Amino acid sequence: MSDQTATLLAILGMAAVTFGCRISGLLLGPRFRPTGRLRAAFDAIPPAVLTAVIAPTVLVTGWPETLAAAATIVAAFRAPMLATIVTGVVAVVALRHGLG
Amino acid sequence: MNTRDTPSAAAEIRQAIVDITPAMVAAAPIGLLYGALATAEGMSVVDVLLTSALVFAGGAQLAAVQIWSYPVPIAALLVSTLLINARYILMSASLAPKVAHLPLLGRILGFHVLADENWAMSERRAGGGRISAPYFFGMGAVFWVNWMSFSFLGALTGPLIGDPTRFGADFAFTAMFIALTAGFAKSRTSVMVIVAAALAAAGTHLTVGAPWHVLAGALTGITVAAILDGGEAAR
Repeated sequence: MSDQTATLLAILGMAAVTFGCRISGLLLGPRFRPTGRLRAAFDAIPPAVLTAVIAPTVLVTGWPETLAAAATIVAAFRAPMLATIVTGVVAVVALRHGLG
Repeated sequence: MNTRDTPSAAAEIRQAIVDITPAMVAAAPIGLLYGALATAEGMSVVDVLLTSALVFAGGAQLAAVQIWSYPVPIAALLVSTLLINARYILMSASLAPKVAHLPLLGRILGFHVLADENWAMSERRAGGGRISAPYFFGMGAVFWVNWMSFSFLGALTGPLIGDPTRFGADFAFTAMFIALTAGFAKSRTSVMVIVAAALAAAGTHLTVGAPWHVLAGALTGITVAAILDGGEAAR
């Protein structure tokens, strides 16, 4: 298989997987209402997934990233999203320059 | 003609644009970054546009760039995409009954462009009353065009600018996810979920490698939530 074909297949596959996730609620219907521990597990999915995606950058990439993430976390509880992102980006550039 | 309580379609679209603008501004550098990183990994401008149009998920797209190599690891890319986008199953299930009055084809298209930000705005809108077709579809369309435009721009300008990590652009994604995660850190349980997920994901990334850290971290966090929920009073 050529790289071009594989690239196209990967893109279409990723699109199909994502579309399947997004459309599932329309198929599931309004009867799906988890309760108890299942409900707690479902509620935990967004923060658990978001955290898992970025944890390697935050914890095991380098001191500039870890310290910038700490500054970003502080900002996240005090500032709107845009200001939080700017804080993180400015901090990581400064720290990479200073510590790198 | 009776227009009493029903705002015009134009007014609904205008309100949707106002509501989604902060998220569009935040998504702009991430779209630029995606376009630049993807072309640096060898994807063509057409590949970038196709991905942004059809996948339309910043987190999954950036994660895909991280694990992109030749030969293209299709299975790993699909697993990573599924892990990162599984949250849409829940978001979709939650929003579906609130838009059940809208036309089916529209709902299918509207749910294709459902991202964290316009989902959250639509949920809020639906909470305050019936969400209108112009609001829901208008917001989705505008957010989609925004993401397409900036990833296209990133793909075009990326090779000229050089390594976007010099400007810390790669960290914009991490910072946005921190901001989104902070929005969920509202109870002791959720903080424990986040800490457990972070430790498990980082540990797995060191030992096993990407993209398995997403599954390990997510499952650990979810398990912690299910265990801790038994300790708290039943809701």
